[in-house]
Amino acid sequence: MDDHNELLRMESISKSFPGVLALDSVSLDVRKGEILGLIGENGAGKSTLMKILSGVYAMDSGQLYLVGQPIHILNPHHAQQLGISIIYQEFNLMPNLTVMENVYVGHEPGPPGLVSRRQLYQRTQQLLDRLGVNLSPTATVRDLAVAEQQMAEIAKALSMEVKVLVMDEPTSALSDTEVQSLFNIMRDLRRTGISVIFISHRMKEIKTICDRVTVLRDGKNVGTLAAAEASEEAIIRLMVGRSLNEFFHKEESSHPTSETDRGTGSGEDIALEVRGLTRRGSKRDPSAIVLDDISFQLKRGELLGLAGLVGAGRTELVRAVFGADPCDAGEIYVDGKQVDIGSPLDAIHVGMGLVPEDRKEQGLILHLAVRENMSLPSLNQLTHFGFVDRGEEVRRVREYVARLQIRTPSLEQKVNNLSGGNQQKVVISKWLMLKPKILIMDEPTRGIDVGAKAEIYALMDQLTREGISVIMISSELPELLAMSDRIVCMAEGRVSGVVDRRDATPELVMRYLTAQRRQTTQKAA
Amino acid sequence: MTVTTDVSPSPAKGARKAGGSDLLSVASRFGALIFLIVVCAILAILQPAFMTSLNLFNVLRQVSIYGLLAIGMTCVILTGGIDLSIGSLLALAGLVGAALEKGGAGLLVGAGAGQAGRYGIPLVVLTAVAVGMGGGLLQGLAVAKLKVPVFIVTLGGLSVFRGAALAFSHGQPISAFRPEYGFWGKGMVGPVPVPVIIFLAFAVVGYIVLTYTKFGRHIYAVGGNREAARLSGLNVDAVLIRVYVIMGFFAGLSGFLLSSRLNSAEQVAGVGYELIVIAGVAIGGTSMTMGGTGSILGSVVGIVLMGVLANGLTLLNVSAYYQQMVTGLLIVFAVWFDQVVRTRRR
Repeated sequence: MDDHNELLRMESISKSFPGVLALDSVSLDVRKGEILGLIGENGAGKSTLMKILSGVYAMDSGQLYLVGQPIHILNPHHAQQLGISIIYQEFNLMPNLTVMENVYVGHEPGPPGLVSRRQLYQRTQQLLDRLGVNLSPTATVRDLAVAEQQMAEIAKALSMEVKVLVMDEPTSALSDTEVQSLFNIMRDLRRTGISVIFISHRMKEIKTICDRVTVLRDGKNVGTLAAAEASEEAIIRLMVGRSLNEFFHKEESSHPTSETDRGTGSGEDIALEVRGLTRRGSKRDPSAIVLDDISFQLKRGELLGLAGLVGAGRTELVRAVFGADPCDAGEIYVDGKQVDIGSPLDAIHVGMGLVPEDRKEQGLILHLAVRENMSLPSLNQLTHFGFVDRGEEVRRVREYVARLQIRTPSLEQKVNNLSGGNQQKVVISKWLMLKPKILIMDEPTRGIDVGAKAEIYALMDQLTREGISVIMISSELPELLAMSDRIVCMAEGRVSGVVDRRDATPELVMRYLTAQRRQTTQKAA
Repeated sequence: MTVTTDVSPSPAKGARKAGGSDLLSVASRFGALIFLIVVCAILAILQPAFMTSLNLFNVLRQVSIYGLLAIGMTCVILTGGIDLSIGSLLALAGLVGAALEKGGAGLLVGAGAGQAGRYGIPLVVLTAVAVGMGGGLLQGLAVAKLKVPVFIVTLGGLSVFRGAALAFSHGQPISAFRPEYGFWGKGMVGPVPVPVIIFLAFAVVGYIVLTYTKFGRHIYAVGGNREAARLSGLNVDAVLIRVYVIMGFFAGLSGFLLSSRLNSAEQVAGVGYELIVIAGVAIGGTSMTMGGTGSILGSVVGIVLMGVLANGLTLLNVSAYYQQMVTGLLIVFAVWFDQVVRTRRR
């Protein structure tokens, strides 16, 4: 085809990690001045491929070509010299330095060994002008908003005469208007001949901005679609390797069951009640009211959705209920009895479990085995005279690995080597082993692949049918609407509304989530 | 002798066939052991006096106190901590125990010695151990409850306990105990020195606790990810405090054993021990940069390696000054190696 237009070609790239073949002979090409979408389930190999491109990982086999010339990327610095830059989700900026110091870090202008602040300022200003960004070169990065930090990252890439810019989920932390201005900048870059590899999970964005879309699945390139033929259904079919209907069918199946269950009478049986929970003082602002007089009820066998925009206090609420953070006032009742929860251990004793927001930082001990992670909260039950009953432990862990279909080579595999979905299942199993009455799940499907998502939905459905009450925090409205019996909406640290399944529409929920103080009539369950 | 030299290269050869990453993981698991075997082989060739049972038991006797401290230190480092105060705490505990042996706490108030041998040796040992555990408890509380960085707490402890030892003894050693007192540090059971038996017995206990008990699991969990451990319902503070109390127990016991071996409790006893002990633990594969990885077995091998090196250098007439340099370099090497292994595995 138009070979002279090709800027970058990755040919038959393979990479394996202990126990996992992450990339299986992946080939991919990027044309000059295009925006290539890269999409795939988590664990499909996107990050690995991009880390090879940017010199973080060495590939096992394969070849890279830049403008037709074979290249061997030695390290990230070398990749940047060749014109390949990557912007990670977690930015690579030094928070205590200024924008201009960050932009030119490692190649500061000026005489050898010295830095010319004047040149530093001028050149950074030029780059920011080119991006059309209103940002001061002397601003300290720490004080910038996420979108502004992203602009600093892009300026940094431009300062190194970037040819290929990889952006790993750049929109995940941006507001809608910020996404639009980012897209405008991406279009400008495209116009100047820069190629952008855009990694995203958001189908709409891929369709809006990309010239072509490449789909990865299980470490293979399963197809590249031109913008015109990249319908949502076509992409999802490639991603999951099964039809769209099949996927949604699974999710859909949960409704009738939870609906009927709710109808079967146990409706008024209250598993958990929170009254007047209040917490003042966040890390950033000691005078902030983090949780403002929050009350709600959770019924037995109910799936209660907890909705809120960023900063609404959802995570703070469940952490306070679980005893992970202190609170200033409020009462908690479990099965009608008031309980005093001062630590996670107290919460566990009254039958709660918490699947935390960040499974790697809060849910798992990454370099320990599946077995050791899963049995950690249950060790008390598995211990006789201080000694852990290894046989019983293995039996139980094996049971849950089978029940949740956790894909791991063995029980002794380090959880670090599992995919996101399987890691999340290990965290969930930790609590299921304790047979909890109340399971709190903070963003349980964030960052995991579509297949594992469907499995987790089915599991939540099954749990509620068994009489376990589930609180699910989610930022995905469709997920909340599909799964929840009721949705507690939070805004600015307070409950702004409770929506029953029958009345739940995206518009109604969103109205509560964006509710302003005082205008809302506070409704408790 | 020839047998030993033949053994050392063969595991490496076998591993190389399996590929580079496997070689590294073999090296990280058995590196200290392979290194120990190689060093023993070299010493056996260079200096025939090395491979005698007398000398080998001598080496073990010399490392037994470091080894006991290393058991406690392994637990501390597994939780992501470190204890710099052990040498000072050892001296303080040894002196208090010795004072009791010499007839009581009268020494403390300058009233002079009471009647020597008035108290049974078990009470003397218990007292020394209690002082050690008390010191550990204070440090553990400061680390867990006051949230002072452990490096600072135990650096402070290093100075406080040494000062306390000097104040307690008025700068004088307490010496010349009844003969039975020396059995624990100098005695032999058959060909085996008593402190070696004590060391190995506690090593076995430590291994069992870390590997098979709930408390052991908790140590690995707290070191591996403190927040995840807390959210799993572990009482993280209690685990930390207990670990420093255990460290104090071994410091106290070591203080007693050292005074028994030297027939004297010195206010300068144990100076610099923390470095040797931490080096041994690090060489044995317990990670200093990431909690929750390591084992007692590794620490035993690491500490024996330190002893063999010191002994070998002495036998080869290398000055003690250089031995100290070797210790320092080994610590840096061990941590560097640990990092190399971790990055490659990614």
